[in-house]
Amino acid sequence: MTDLPLLAGLALVVAAATATVLVRDPGRQAFPLALLGLALGVLFLLLQAPDVALSQLAVGCALTPLMVLLTVRKARRRARPRGRADAAPARLRHEEEDRE
Amino acid sequence: MSRGLRRWVLALGLLGTAVLLVLAARGLPAFGGSAHPYGERAVHAALDRHTANTVAAVTFDQRSFDTLGEESILFGAVLGTVVLLRQTRDENRLPPQPARVSPPVRRYALLALPVTLLVGLYIVAHGQLSPGGGFQGGIVVATALHLLYIAVDYRALERIRPIGLYEAADAAGEAAYVLLGAAGLLAGTAFLANVLPYGTLNTLASGGTVPLFNAAIGVEVACGVVVLLARFLDQAVEIVSTDADADADPDADADSDTDADARSHDAAGEEADT
Repeated sequence: MTDLPLLAGLALVVAAATATVLVRDPGRQAFPLALLGLALGVLFLLLQAPDVALSQLAVGCALTPLMVLLTVRKARRRARPRGRADAAPARLRHEEEDRE
Repeated sequence: MSRGLRRWVLALGLLGTAVLLVLAARGLPAFGGSAHPYGERAVHAALDRHTANTVAAVTFDQRSFDTLGEESILFGAVLGTVVLLRQTRDENRLPPQPARVSPPVRRYALLALPVTLLVGLYIVAHGQLSPGGGFQGGIVVATALHLLYIAVDYRALERIRPIGLYEAADAAGEAAYVLLGAAGLLAGTAFLANVLPYGTLNTLASGGTVPLFNAAIGVEVACGVVVLLARFLDQAVEIVSTDADADADPDADADSDTDADARSHDAAGEEADT
């Protein structure tokens, strides 16, 4: 019974990690990735490692997802003007995604 | 090297790693038990040197050479980003446009900025006393500065972020760690040795060189992360490839009306984005 919080933390990490892998669009993937960072932080806290939990929280929740989002944005900006006439529908699709 | 041979080499390497891992883990005390041979020795050594946070004592005193390696990894990563994400000859820099921020977001971010900054500096300063330290606090400080981008816009962030200064400070933090380590050599002991007086346990000035190493790492990490994100942000917000524009322009005349429509639509969307 004393292991219950630990098991819950592990389950949370497994769920968040699975969700991160299952989301295929990198732009959206950043959000389950941030959740995974939070879940790992909670797990480290439950394992009585607050120092590591702090690092994990700062890097996994904020830094890595932000870098993923910025990279996706840059890649989309590059892809847009390069598109030829047949790529027009694809460009519109990108726009719709941006609006969401 | 053929494909088959490469696979065998990989399999051999993986097998060797697995065997070594299993052999190494067999001698470990059981998970969740009450016997902590390494922990007990680490706590003893930490209290010996008046460092209340044993983890800080391990990273900045007992194993400070490991930390030098870790710090250098981050330094190398930032250096690589600076070189790889620089503005190339076929790229132009567009000045960032002012952006409209919804008032609740602006209020929240402007309120959170000083609090986050203070928390980050607190974590750096109290590394030898409570969980945290230069690495954790440094990232919090860097994140706090970027709240200005959320609260106002990219131009405001650029104003408080003279990138050359942060690059120099990043290098200075890395150098300070090595020089502090060399102070141990000058004192006649060893590289990275804790040569300062240990002070009173559980006060800010305790732990000898631990707070100083923490401060050096804090400066290095905070400035390194700011530079790292600046390069990514520049690429995502400011830098555009002129090559691609030149390619796309002649198309605009030849293409059908619908595509030209989509293009102008697209350009409008781009402006709204930035």
